[in-house]
Amino acid sequence: MPIEIDIAHVARLARLGLTDEELESYKAQLGVILEHAARVQSLEVEPNVEAAHPLGLTNAFRDDDLRPSLDRDEVLGQAPEAIDGHFVVPPAMGTE
Amino acid sequence: MIAAMVSEAGRLLRTGETSAQALLEDAIDTASRTEAQLHAFLTIDSDGAREAARQADADLADGIDRGPLHGIPVALKDNMCTRGVETTAASQILAGYVPPYDATVVTRLRSGGAVIVGKTNLDEFAMGSSTENSAYGTTYNPWDLSRVPGGSSGGSAASVAAGSSLLAFGSDTGGSIRQPASLCGVVGMKPTYGTVSRYGLIAFASSLDQIGPFARTVEDSALALSSIWGYDPLDSTSYRGEYPNPMAGLDRGVDGLRIGVVTQLSGEGFEPAVEAATTDMVARLEKAGVEVIEVSLPTFDIALSAYYLIAPAEASSNLARFDGIRYGLRVDGATTEELMARTRAEGFGPEVTRRVLLGTYSLSAGYYDAFYGQAQRVRAAIQEDFARAYEQVDVLVSPTSPTVAFEAGARTSDPLAMYLSDICNIPANMAGHPAISVPVGLDDAGLPIGFQVMAPALGEETMYQVAAEVERLAGFEISPSVLRGAA
Repeated sequence: MPIEIDIAHVARLARLGLTDEELESYKAQLGVILEHAARVQSLEVEPNVEAAHPLGLTNAFRDDDLRPSLDRDEVLGQAPEAIDGHFVVPPAMGTE
Repeated sequence: MIAAMVSEAGRLLRTGETSAQALLEDAIDTASRTEAQLHAFLTIDSDGAREAARQADADLADGIDRGPLHGIPVALKDNMCTRGVETTAASQILAGYVPPYDATVVTRLRSGGAVIVGKTNLDEFAMGSSTENSAYGTTYNPWDLSRVPGGSSGGSAASVAAGSSLLAFGSDTGGSIRQPASLCGVVGMKPTYGTVSRYGLIAFASSLDQIGPFARTVEDSALALSSIWGYDPLDSTSYRGEYPNPMAGLDRGVDGLRIGVVTQLSGEGFEPAVEAATTDMVARLEKAGVEVIEVSLPTFDIALSAYYLIAPAEASSNLARFDGIRYGLRVDGATTEELMARTRAEGFGPEVTRRVLLGTYSLSAGYYDAFYGQAQRVRAAIQEDFARAYEQVDVLVSPTSPTVAFEAGARTSDPLAMYLSDICNIPANMAGHPAISVPVGLDDAGLPIGFQVMAPALGEETMYQVAAEVERLAGFEISPSVLRGAA
């Protein structure tokens, strides 16, 4: 059985402004893919064992010293809109 | 073609019989004859490449030899950042993006004297198995122009097969180097996770992504790997210890090695010609002195399912950075959230949207443990399955892809059928192990068939040792129809 999902909620979480038609189409496709993916639940596994780095690495740390960084103007030059060393965005919240 | 192999080109360069500039013009000329049909490249950087080739020739004349890739024309999948050269990951959302830095792999290639011809096509953000998900048009298979080259690194595979580069680099998250190599009749290799820096690789699924080479021969592949791998402080998952020597075993033969044939990677869904070529190669290896053992890795049956939870989950997180604020496309909105939602809906293609939704769902409250958490536990079980198998055998072998190259458009409307293309490749990604695809023959329609050799972590020396023997036994000739037609 394809899995039923609240696709509008998921699209909102993912910040994807999709049309109702697109939502319906993705809902159907995801239902089928998740039905296949749910096969992972068929395997009896140890509850607390999760995959690790194949070479056993954990965290990497470095000394907290200063290093050159990318050129600010070059980086901001890639932004759709930037003023005086800042990225420009519309208001974070609506006005209503 | 002046030289078909990196090793040969390197010799001709050093005896003065050719130059980096001549090798580059040869590659550009091949591209100009084949690109209208193949569309392997998104960008050909003729000016930058000519300058690099001129410098490579000047250096050699001055006695400065930068190593095996000095003066060699190479192509890069367009998800590796190149300073000053547009890098799109084949997405509308990065149209016009010019990175302010080079990926570590690019830095190493440049300092090794390689000449970067251009940036190759891919499935958008490396998500796909056919290179049909590119926002900038499909790449076609050099052996049959009605078919796909595989993916996601289809442009790199097609370029090496056609000869518009002598080497190319791709990324492999769930088969994206090995599967297109198989479909295009070239050698494609995914290294041990953590051995090639991911700095500057546009992230898809960070715990799985690895950069690796496409080459025309096993030796060239080993040379290419030696030139790009090694510890990099800019990648927090980079390996600091001892690295194997991929070249060490190339001429050693395979006498006395134990090879495991994976039970799960045959049967339903595998084309008869692919199965026959695999069985035939295993028999030849046995004659050459290996002990063949059939091994069962039961978790392989659900590896694909686990992959399609883990990879999209990581992708949904990695792709959150494409928000219309710092780079790339912006579609305006009254609020920041509206701007982001509009930009992402317009900038991402259907497969990327599908995977971002899938990943967001499997990480969301109430579903995390049943989906993502369980998939991670399955991943650990896959690693244990491999560990048990490698107690019995030195390497594991299988077909690289269950089918030869399929017709363009054949799987685009059925995501699950497309996902099944990578069924033989995904286990090595899930375990972080190295694996290589070597072409072993053609089917009745003249389409290449690849043979996969997998090895335990840091097992590249033995993996290449076996791959070299497979290459000798197969005697495969790269002669795609696009070149025969254009000749």
